[in-house]
Amino acid sequence: MSEHARKYWRSLSEAAGDPEFRRWLEREFPEHASEWVGSRRALLKLMAASFGLAGLTACRRPEERILPFSKGVEGYVPGRPLYYASIMTLGGLSTGVLVETHEGRPTKIEGNPEHPASRGAATAFVQASVLSLYDPDRSRAVLRVGRRSSWEEFEAFIASHMKAAGKGEGLRVVSGAIGSPSLADLRAFLLERFPAARWIEYEPLGREAEAAGAELAFGRPLQPQYRFDQADVIVSLDADFLGLDCLAPVWIRQYAERRRADSMNRLYVVETGYSLTGANADHRWRARPSEVGEVARYLSRQLGLGGLKAPDPGAPKWLTAIVRDLERHRGRCLVLAGPRQPASVHALVHWINYELGNAGRTVYYTEPVVRTGAEGLQRLAEEAEAGEVKTLVILGANPVYNAPADVAFADLMRRVPLTIHLGQEPDETAALATWHLPEAHYLESWGDGRAADGTAAIQQPTIAPLFGGRTAAEVIALLADYPQRRSYDIVRQYWLRQWKGREAERAWAQALHDGVISGTEFRAVAVSPDPRRLQALLAQAPGKSEDLELQFHPSSSTYDGRFANNGWLQEAPDPITKLTWDNAACMSPATARSLRVESGDVVELEAGGRRIAAPVWILPGHADGAVSIALGYGRTRCGRVGNRVGHNPYPLRTLNTQGFLRGLQVRKTGRRYPLVTTQEHHSMEGRPLVREATLEEFRAQPDFARKPDGKVDAFSLFREHSYSQGHQWGMVVDLNACIGCNACVLACQAENNIPIVGKDQVRRGREMHWIRLDRYFVGEPDDPQIAWQPVACQHCELAPCETVCPVAATNHSPEGLNDMAYNRCIGTRYCANNCPYKVRRFNFLDYHKGLQEVEKMVYNPDVTVRMRGVMEKCTYCVQRIEEKKVQAKAEGRPLRDGEILTACQQTCPAQAIVFGDVNDPDSRVSRLKRDPRNYSLLASLNTRPRTSYLARLRNPNPELAAEEGS
Amino acid sequence: MATVSQPAESPLVLEGVTLTQVTSTVAGVVERRTPRAWWFAFAFTGSLTLVLLAMLTYLVTTGIGVWGNNSPVGWAFDITNFVFWIGIGHAGTLISAILYLFRQRWRTSINRFAEAMTLFAVACAAIFPAFHVGRPWRAYWLFPIPNEWSGMWPNFRSPLIWDVFAVSTYGTVSFLFWYLGLIPDLATMRDRAQTHARRVIYGLLSLGWRGSARHWNHYEMAYLLLAGLSTPLVLSVHSIVSFDFAVSLLPGWHATIFPPYFVAGAIFSGFAMVVTLMVIARWFFGLHHLVTMKHLENMNKVMLATGLIVGYAYAVEFFIAWYSGNPFERFAFVNRALGPYSWAYWTMVACNVLAPQLFWFRRFRTSVPVMFVVSLLVNVGMWFERFVIIVTSLHRDFLPAAWGMFRPTWVDLLTLAGSFGLFLTLFLLFVRFLPMISMSEVKAMMASREGA
Repeated sequence: MSEHARKYWRSLSEAAGDPEFRRWLEREFPEHASEWVGSRRALLKLMAASFGLAGLTACRRPEERILPFSKGVEGYVPGRPLYYASIMTLGGLSTGVLVETHEGRPTKIEGNPEHPASRGAATAFVQASVLSLYDPDRSRAVLRVGRRSSWEEFEAFIASHMKAAGKGEGLRVVSGAIGSPSLADLRAFLLERFPAARWIEYEPLGREAEAAGAELAFGRPLQPQYRFDQADVIVSLDADFLGLDCLAPVWIRQYAERRRADSMNRLYVVETGYSLTGANADHRWRARPSEVGEVARYLSRQLGLGGLKAPDPGAPKWLTAIVRDLERHRGRCLVLAGPRQPASVHALVHWINYELGNAGRTVYYTEPVVRTGAEGLQRLAEEAEAGEVKTLVILGANPVYNAPADVAFADLMRRVPLTIHLGQEPDETAALATWHLPEAHYLESWGDGRAADGTAAIQQPTIAPLFGGRTAAEVIALLADYPQRRSYDIVRQYWLRQWKGREAERAWAQALHDGVISGTEFRAVAVSPDPRRLQALLAQAPGKSEDLELQFHPSSSTYDGRFANNGWLQEAPDPITKLTWDNAACMSPATARSLRVESGDVVELEAGGRRIAAPVWILPGHADGAVSIALGYGRTRCGRVGNRVGHNPYPLRTLNTQGFLRGLQVRKTGRRYPLVTTQEHHSMEGRPLVREATLEEFRAQPDFARKPDGKVDAFSLFREHSYSQGHQWGMVVDLNACIGCNACVLACQAENNIPIVGKDQVRRGREMHWIRLDRYFVGEPDDPQIAWQPVACQHCELAPCETVCPVAATNHSPEGLNDMAYNRCIGTRYCANNCPYKVRRFNFLDYHKGLQEVEKMVYNPDVTVRMRGVMEKCTYCVQRIEEKKVQAKAEGRPLRDGEILTACQQTCPAQAIVFGDVNDPDSRVSRLKRDPRNYSLLASLNTRPRTSYLARLRNPNPELAAEEGS
Repeated sequence: MATVSQPAESPLVLEGVTLTQVTSTVAGVVERRTPRAWWFAFAFTGSLTLVLLAMLTYLVTTGIGVWGNNSPVGWAFDITNFVFWIGIGHAGTLISAILYLFRQRWRTSINRFAEAMTLFAVACAAIFPAFHVGRPWRAYWLFPIPNEWSGMWPNFRSPLIWDVFAVSTYGTVSFLFWYLGLIPDLATMRDRAQTHARRVIYGLLSLGWRGSARHWNHYEMAYLLLAGLSTPLVLSVHSIVSFDFAVSLLPGWHATIFPPYFVAGAIFSGFAMVVTLMVIARWFFGLHHLVTMKHLENMNKVMLATGLIVGYAYAVEFFIAWYSGNPFERFAFVNRALGPYSWAYWTMVACNVLAPQLFWFRRFRTSVPVMFVVSLLVNVGMWFERFVIIVTSLHRDFLPAAWGMFRPTWVDLLTLAGSFGLFLTLFLLFVRFLPMISMSEVKAMMASREGA
């Protein structure tokens, strides 16, 4: 050890090349660090070395040569963040990100404005992914039958093992969806070497039905690519394209851009649960999952598909209204079905779009980026049963937890003599595997990927693997004895091969810089449907039954379960139910009445002889006769955060019931279960908080939103402070754009070091989120509409919190910010009591207590970590304001409008949040504040908030609106 | 023995009581061997005090999170207890100062007792503002004293700062007033002392009082001045405490009626507490001839009057909420009466408005068991009044999405119980070591009676 320390002083790069030294480097702690008994001198040497190495491990240059900070990174100024373009991949599809790193540690993810799937936006999952990087429960070591081993041992083992693999008859690989071109190339290499091997891509939330529907309609599996910005009328059949079925944040942007009053689209939604898309709909109807297909068939018949105009006199009036609306907007409308619907429904939808002239306009078709399927697992199970599978390699997937129940993956694993699992967590699958290998996080490894539209981009690491993880490509390279062994070489060589020639190096540098490889999006494929086959689908009429149905949908917190150990996501309230740290069997009030259950009652859900227990949550607006439940909960081996959180629905989900199942039995158990929400009251109590009007009402009276305030005639005895000088910050939130997706909540949490408090503290009403999404139900409890309102500190000019603080810890800045001096605050909570918006958050306990060092690495060094006993709240991201002000000053120029982006604003996929200088009449925020829809929340209190809202508009179909109004 | 000066009224000191008897009765309580019952009581209240200490230690080491406070209910038991105890402390000064200035001679038998109660109540009250803050080790920043934030003053616009001044002034003046009144009696104790230790301690405490005419002259002058000084304090303390709420903009708090309403409520609860404790002490120490039914009845009359004021205030709050047309205000009061904390509201109404109505009847007014029960109910009711004002206003304010519920934790409950422990412990120490009735004043009153 001391020799290396000495060597380090002589030549770092030489030392860094030494394999033993590298091993030492990758370790979190030096060997025997805890039982160190060297001399003081030796200890000092080691300390000095550790300091140097802290920099070493932290920085991962594109060359992947470890470079110390002492040699300097180009353009690096200590204390200022560096940004790297990369991608994050979920379900095989990637979205472009910019990774903010401080002194070599990634702390924040933003969307990459250059990337077509992101255009600067990032979803809640992307925002929270940085926390998973520093998850101390991540897999830290190679395990062989549960015992600690090493990569070297594995390498030696696999080299000899694969020599005896022959043509790979017994070799099977299971992975998640693969959108990565280089990994696909590697897969081809492996399958060439072992032609009898088979590779199965399984995603619990795969979108096979869409492609299968295209195969039915057009004769080949294709992926629909939507252009929401081109559609005047959108009909969603249980497709939550703004929420959990959204494949690219840009969809939300396209949609939101068409919600402006001058070119407003119209959205019809038919769905079972209450989704974000449903909450944003102009018209929404509730239907059981199996009835959604009926709607597609109705639409097809009403539209006269295949030349058979067969108007159904029995069709509901709303359907005929939709049909008329669609026919009025031929080529400018879009019908889409959700991934839970079967292929037949998708086929009809493809056909409808084709017949309406939408193909090539609002939807076009490309080769699929990923091809997944659960059927492969079934065959794998049969082969394992027959003892034909000798080696099973599982790459970054957790099928023991999330494979269809009838595949019985755990039993399958036990039948295979050698199972190798690569994963970020020592999870349910790892527990049954012969070898478990730690997988590198996307922020610490090289890779590439394709967005939903096929656009490729390079995944660039920003930190060396914290826990010695490797990538799937590296494991496959070992298996297949690929010439390159390291991800960097694999990815780089793959792309250099694509470009060839002298331009290749430049293109590579360009790709790294831009975070996107231009011109790689998939070409549209010309399609034409086969009416004969489709007519057969029309004729299908599934037998009506009154059975209860159960729908499985992704979780807004854990997706399919992979984010279960991410505390930020677990604590983020579901946008609709506002439940945190749990999933629940959601049902309508009427269904709950008929089952005689209430929210919090534990029920047993049984279908096909399988059963699970889950608590009931009564969700207004849910379809009657159906239950829906979020996947991704009830994990047992994901880590300390997510273990035993919620209830696991996968045991009910079989190969044929991936989307929903019929014949559900619900039995009351008599037990109760505490479900915790961040919002206990759901009615606006007739208060003018979220203001909305229909498009027609808006046209007749553009300033409708200002009416409820009347005239606030404030007269002050004192000379009021003038805010006419310098910058005056303000914000506008466009309620018409906001879709309620939670991305801002997570972005704020990541930016501002907001702690996780846990279920028990949320139950006590102590969640710490600085921005919350108030969700109100409007209308009948059985079928209400939903209204959103993101509420953070309003930065009142006459702030009620400021006058009551006894120690003057909260004060106004000259730029109109309501500042908090954390170290002056003594925590009387008077400010929070006096805040009419209730946006102040108090550290009731030490919420940062007991964090491991690695967990602290996620903190943004520009933001104070608050101790217990002090108040905190939204600061308008004052650290970002100051950073840009300093930058502008250093460059000797005035600040540009739009240069400062608050964290919530930057990530918002709908661009609903605009921040800027209200003293500048030409700034975007000033212009929006002059919009007739602009209003202040609780204006009558004369707090003069700097944040204001633009009232929401809905665009109901006049045919139906008249009916609903009556 | 001469007849009573006001023959129509019941006597303030029973017939046949001599000046010597007054001294021996009052001083005897202090001089006798400690009764066994006192030790039992002390053990109990002392344990409760230790519970309070344990709870505060737990609070300081762990955080406010050990209580049930949350967002939106930033204040709950903490400030409820504070206002409750400050309210209890009101009777003392009222009796000492205002009744003194109005020459209400019936106060003499009870003023010492009530003043002591005031001090102890203020001591209990002071715990809560100091410990309800998130970082109590920085609570001294509430005072305008130099600290590491050199040049940083407290925010004088904040009602909490006004509280600091009001309560500390009130505590100081009450203490001085109480102590000044004690001096002649302490000298009596010194003169009667049988042991050296007592002689020294009472001697020091009596500040060299010799009972000369000059001493009496200065004493009377100082007492009158202090009475004059403390009279406005009776009104100011609770007015300012009420500003904590009235100055805010929360519906249910933001009300101009609060100062008089709080003062009346404070006197109401203070008298109730005096009655509760006096009834016990009178029975236990056999003070029937000094604390007569006349005293108790007068206090009950004050309770009836202030109870009516409080009841009127409850009604006016509802009327104004409706009359103002402010929907938030209206909702706050409908929610009080019919919302999830309606049980607390109706407990308050039953205890504070209905129970004292019994005192319209002389029979109940002069019945010790009835007045004891009613005074207890009023204490409960007045605690709930503060709870209702604080918690029900906070838990549902402007934005329904931010509404919540408050549920007390075991720490909340034990802290409240512990504060009673501290109060009663101080009281037991007081009755054991200091003359609980002002001997000099009672004797002066008797002397004037005899001279009549």
